[in-house]
Amino acid sequence: MLDTSKEANLLDIRGVCRSFPKGSGEEILVLEKVDLTIRSGEIVGLLGRSGSGKSTLLRIIAGLIAPTAGDARCRGETIIGPPNGVSMVFQSFALFPWLTVLQNVELGLEALGIENAERRKRALAAIDLIGLDGFESAYPKELSGGMRQRVGFARALVVHPDLLLMDEPFSALDVLTAETLRTDLIDLWIEGRLPIKSVLMVTHNIEEAVLMCDRILVFSSNPGRVASEIKVDLPHPRNRLDPAFRQLVDSIYARMTQRPEPKAPTLEGIHGTGVGMVLNHVSSNVLSGLIETLAAPPYNGHADLPVLAGHLQLEADEIFHLGESLQLLRFAQLSEGDLMLTDAGKRFANMETDARKRLFAEHMINYVPVIGLVRRVLDERPSHTAPEARFRNELEDYMSEQAADETLKTIVSWGRYAELFAYDEQSETFSLENPH
Amino acid sequence: MTLDDILTPRLGQALRPNIWDIVALVLVVGAMVLIVYGGAQTTLPLSALDASPVSLDPAHLPVYALRTTMRMLLAIVCSIIFTLCYATLAAKSRRAEMVLIPLLDILQSVPILGFLTFTVVFFLNLFPGQVFGAELACVFAIFTSQAWNMTFSLYQSIRNVPKDLEEASQSFHLSGWQRFWRLDVPFAMPGLIWNTMMSMSGGWFFVVASEAITVGNTTVTLPGIGSYVALGIEKQDLPAIGYAILTMLLVIIAYDQFLFRPVVAWADKFRFEQTASGAAPSSWMLDLFRRTRALRALTAPFAATNRAFSNLHVRLPEGLRLPVTTRSPSRLVDALWLALIAVATGYAGWLAYRFMSRTLNLGDLFAAVGDGFITLVRVLVLISLASLIWVPIGVWIGLRPKFAERVQPLAQFLAAFPANLAFPVFVVIIVRYDLNANIWLSPLMILGTQWYILFNVIAGASAFPSDLREAAGSFHLQGWRWWTKVILPGIFPYYITGAITASGGSWNASIVAEVASWGNTHLMARGLGSYIAQATAAGDFPRVVLGIVVMCVIVTLSNRLIWRPLYAFGERRLRLG
Repeated sequence: MLDTSKEANLLDIRGVCRSFPKGSGEEILVLEKVDLTIRSGEIVGLLGRSGSGKSTLLRIIAGLIAPTAGDARCRGETIIGPPNGVSMVFQSFALFPWLTVLQNVELGLEALGIENAERRKRALAAIDLIGLDGFESAYPKELSGGMRQRVGFARALVVHPDLLLMDEPFSALDVLTAETLRTDLIDLWIEGRLPIKSVLMVTHNIEEAVLMCDRILVFSSNPGRVASEIKVDLPHPRNRLDPAFRQLVDSIYARMTQRPEPKAPTLEGIHGTGVGMVLNHVSSNVLSGLIETLAAPPYNGHADLPVLAGHLQLEADEIFHLGESLQLLRFAQLSEGDLMLTDAGKRFANMETDARKRLFAEHMINYVPVIGLVRRVLDERPSHTAPEARFRNELEDYMSEQAADETLKTIVSWGRYAELFAYDEQSETFSLENPH
Repeated sequence: MTLDDILTPRLGQALRPNIWDIVALVLVVGAMVLIVYGGAQTTLPLSALDASPVSLDPAHLPVYALRTTMRMLLAIVCSIIFTLCYATLAAKSRRAEMVLIPLLDILQSVPILGFLTFTVVFFLNLFPGQVFGAELACVFAIFTSQAWNMTFSLYQSIRNVPKDLEEASQSFHLSGWQRFWRLDVPFAMPGLIWNTMMSMSGGWFFVVASEAITVGNTTVTLPGIGSYVALGIEKQDLPAIGYAILTMLLVIIAYDQFLFRPVVAWADKFRFEQTASGAAPSSWMLDLFRRTRALRALTAPFAATNRAFSNLHVRLPEGLRLPVTTRSPSRLVDALWLALIAVATGYAGWLAYRFMSRTLNLGDLFAAVGDGFITLVRVLVLISLASLIWVPIGVWIGLRPKFAERVQPLAQFLAAFPANLAFPVFVVIIVRYDLNANIWLSPLMILGTQWYILFNVIAGASAFPSDLREAAGSFHLQGWRWWTKVILPGIFPYYITGAITASGGSWNASIVAEVASWGNTHLMARGLGSYIAQATAAGDFPRVVLGIVVMCVIVTLSNRLIWRPLYAFGERRLRLG
């Protein structure tokens, strides 16, 4: 009994961790003790925010990077380098622009050393299956995004992998194209025409995960780990308007917002200690626009996140970023998949530009520790100037170089908007002078 | 990397020849005959050169042109092979990179004609009494003028291969060899071809300069356009110089039409872009070959071979392959490697010091550095003058697209033309009007290189967005304000690229330009170029080495302290779009 279940496992991930070097030389943990098993005949989704390590996990499974700790096995064999029988579809398509569609599809077979006639036959079959007939001799740059991703699928399918890995395969496509491609793929899967056993896909789109997957693993961030596992029993083809479907989407939204996070609106613990908080860059214009939208009908200060995301045509990931920025600034509060304006937020919506800037400045100093720090340092120094490096070094004690970049960009942009301080890009210094 | 698009197999009618086949066949056969004929001449004994000396009869010019062209072709093939090996090693191995890249940086600033001094002796000794040795020395000189920038280009491309394509080739199990031919090389292709063309342009200058060379007691005169001109100078024969210039013009046009245009048009598919944009470059030559039927069928085996070659199972032994790991490289091995480099450098430095200190003293060093600064001043003044002249003209042309379309190829062509062929004309003028050689020989340094400034400025002005021009117009920006606020910042990155190339070329040209003669009249301008040229003529190796070292240091320093900061500034602040 145990043996057979072991046989059936395509993939076994046990206690996998992965860390990357931080700016200051220490390590930052992006993936913590992840367990994952994939059996034959299922589509599994890894759902999470950007930076939750789900793409890292996918790359560990693809054999492109190695785990720092833990055990990753494909069909019982430890993964060292790209395993046989696993192929991948990329978010950016990753097609070779100098090869035609046919040559791109044949590439994987050439690497396997399959002889010419067989190679051509299989490539044409894959092209046919995925609906690219007639485009064999086109170059990728002549194709639309949707057609290019079809080439990506054909290239991955032609090697007849047991496990197909997909790294946000639809997120670079427009809404309509993505939907067509998703349904085409699901149709082929249900009809059993895909030469694969299982699919593992990474996504940050909640509806997409519910539409396609049999099982969804929700990732939490900092460090990334599996927060919960959701089984989707709805029969294919699934209807987005089906109440059961909506309910599932709503509950995942709620699950992803209610989770205790470092950025949660607990007043104690943030003030003065959270210099190491990563700030995602969101334009102050967008924030004001969102506050106005929330304050106006039909929301009147209270919005359901999936509805708001649909209305503003934003991905779940983006709406989370916006919501969290507002929450950090105490202009709104996130809970149970809802976004509610605070009193300050409502006041902000009715203010003139200068008053808004003053309120924004006040909230930033009080609630965003690192901006308070910049302002304090500038006030205390006799010259009222400070090099960017002063703050970058401090940030890099807590986060990766990339995150520090993003945070600094946010500090500069918000600080400029609120006229809290000036920043000179050429000399990379903060100062209190305002340019005349 | 396949020729499949040229060879779509429509077999039924594909084999029946058409009219284009005949034209193309004649071209191919003609090229083969020329190569065989030119090649046969190089295996003769050295005494054959004395038996049939270079003659000023214009009837010989086609053959001389052929010999010069073949040297050029051979050198470019060597450069490409060298580039593929050197750049790949530097890009793939971190430890090799530590040594190879700084080395390349220095090699780039070594005056090429200075190299010639040593290599002539070396290659003549390698094949005693044969023309082949002298030919190799000449080819090597051209090679040293071509290889470095091509190598840099390939190295940078390989380092910048898009991450997703790298992951795709890894996850589809491409071997290192396959990856190199399917990903690295195609990705690098556009840059590599552009740099090869630039190298080719520069190469004409050195092939002409290195055909007739005297090192101490050894004088080698290889039949070619360069030695033809040298003889013309000796005999004070101005019409002969004219014939040589004309021949060179034709050769460069032929090279461009038969080799580079087809290659550029073919390589258009390697441009890394996700959307089709702009007009693709075209070539009548490539179109002709694409229209032929039989020839296309004949090239099919080549395409198949090419494909088989890139799919070869070349695998490193297990121990040498790099596994996917998280471990950072061993500090101990790094330390050993650095120690080894330090020891080798120290030893080489000591050798060089011992070699030079035998005959030279500190005074010689000061003399060389002093001459170096004179040449530096010359280069800077000339670049400034050329900029003052060509920037306004280039902007004027660049903003008129119709006109720019016609002038741009001309400017590129002038940059490819070996300016040293025209030197005698200037010398005649200087001698006739009795002008000061220290001043009036200087323009020769920039004669061939000023065009880089012109064509880069034209390119910059053509690329200047029309909405910005319209905005400037609607705000009534005019005159001085328009130049300083609108167009000069707009073309700055392009201008700097041109100025860097022009200044590098001028340093190289100084060795030929600061010493010039016409018959028995010898003109000399004081500077590092004439210092090296004189030492070469006298066979004074320690002074040649000293001169080269000083020139290397000055060129490298001025690159680091002047040009690179300007370039970085332009890229960071003034790059449009």
